[in-house]
Amino acid sequence: MSLAMKALKKSPWVFHVNTGACNNCDIEILDCLTPRFDLERFGILLVGSIRHADVLLVTGPVTRNCLPRIKRLYEQAPKPIKVVALGACGCRCGIFKDGYNIIGPLDKHIPVDAYIPGCPPKPEAIIMGVVKLLGTL
Amino acid sequence: MHTAKYIFNYLVFPGFVFTAVVGLLTTWVDRKVTARIQWRVGPPWYQPFADVAKLLGKEIIIPAGARRTGFFLMPIVGLSAATLASTILWLVNLHPGTSFVGDTIVLLYIMTIPAIAMIIGGSASSNPLGILGASREMKLLFAYELPLVIAVMTSVYKAGSFSLQSILAHQAQEGIMLGSFSGVISFIVMLMCAQAKLTFVPFDIPEAETELAGGTHIEYSGGALAVVKLTKAIMFFVMPIFIITLFWGGISFSGWRILTSILKYVAIVVIFVLVKNTNPRVRIDQAVRFFWGPMFILSIAAMILAVLGH
Repeated sequence: MSLAMKALKKSPWVFHVNTGACNNCDIEILDCLTPRFDLERFGILLVGSIRHADVLLVTGPVTRNCLPRIKRLYEQAPKPIKVVALGACGCRCGIFKDGYNIIGPLDKHIPVDAYIPGCPPKPEAIIMGVVKLLGTL
Repeated sequence: MHTAKYIFNYLVFPGFVFTAVVGLLTTWVDRKVTARIQWRVGPPWYQPFADVAKLLGKEIIIPAGARRTGFFLMPIVGLSAATLASTILWLVNLHPGTSFVGDTIVLLYIMTIPAIAMIIGGSASSNPLGILGASREMKLLFAYELPLVIAVMTSVYKAGSFSLQSILAHQAQEGIMLGSFSGVISFIVMLMCAQAKLTFVPFDIPEAETELAGGTHIEYSGGALAVVKLTKAIMFFVMPIFIITLFWGGISFSGWRILTSILKYVAIVVIFVLVKNTNPRVRIDQAVRFFWGPMFILSIAAMILAVLGH
């Protein structure tokens, strides 16, 4: 394992994007950064720009309007980038699957490395998903 | 022989390697203290090193429409300027003989370069948020430089010379600058200006994580971002040392004075972090008003007190 990969395991920076979810997963993501769970212990930070990110965290089914944006974000990210689909919607479109404006789950459009199901997933589940993802590096 | 010695000084000790390591450790202190204030655990000590190592291994992206030269040259210019400032300061503190006439002025100039580099880098990135950050950084630079220079001049006036060596010698003979009224006032002004120079909350207006998403360095990725982070870490190391040299008797590695030196340094760093964690961000007009109003008046008052002999 190279040094850069080892370091990546110790400091994955997360860029969070909502592609049409109900905002509940986003609240749970913020929960992970609170004193109770404190993801910064593992070097995980939320960053504001995709250029700084190592993990692209997507919540929500992909809506028609969001598709070009999420594809663009994936192309803009510096490689290696890991994509995590969060919540029932991120994994399989959830309750929105028959919506007129939904064009399929995330993994139909960009490669996804980890799925964290739940509606919304608990912070513990999110942490477990991230740990499993880091284990595959 | 001299050239080799200076190159060693610049690259290894007390220049790049030493400063980068201690600067990164300082950013860890910053993050850990912040975490403890917020009742969290905080990252382990090697966190900043892991961040930099990771960033060096990542892809560097040039945004379409960015000017390559400005975009890539500027972080490197900023880093070398910050390293140079650190080298001059440490050499003067460790071997007073290496001081030269007017090195205070040279230092003031060199410590402005990282900010200017970020302005040019941000404008070259062709990102609207980066350009906005650059414009704010420029306004902030104009705001804090005025009280900063006057506060430095108080110390220079009392020592009667522009060279850091005589400022240190003056403090060794007649007590530290902090022992006088004018010294205390300019010390406070310096702390505030340093907070803005390091773009920490409440003066992180050019970066504004929640608003500009990184501002001037929004488009930097991979190794270029690592250089930007290193520059910030080194400036975080240089500013407290500069303040200690001017007002608090300098740094020394001889005997048990090494302990007091480290204590002084950590005290100033913790003041920075506490101010950072207990204040909200101000708007750019509020920042300019703050520096050109109260801070300017305070620094002028300190100067008048120094002339009157207090």
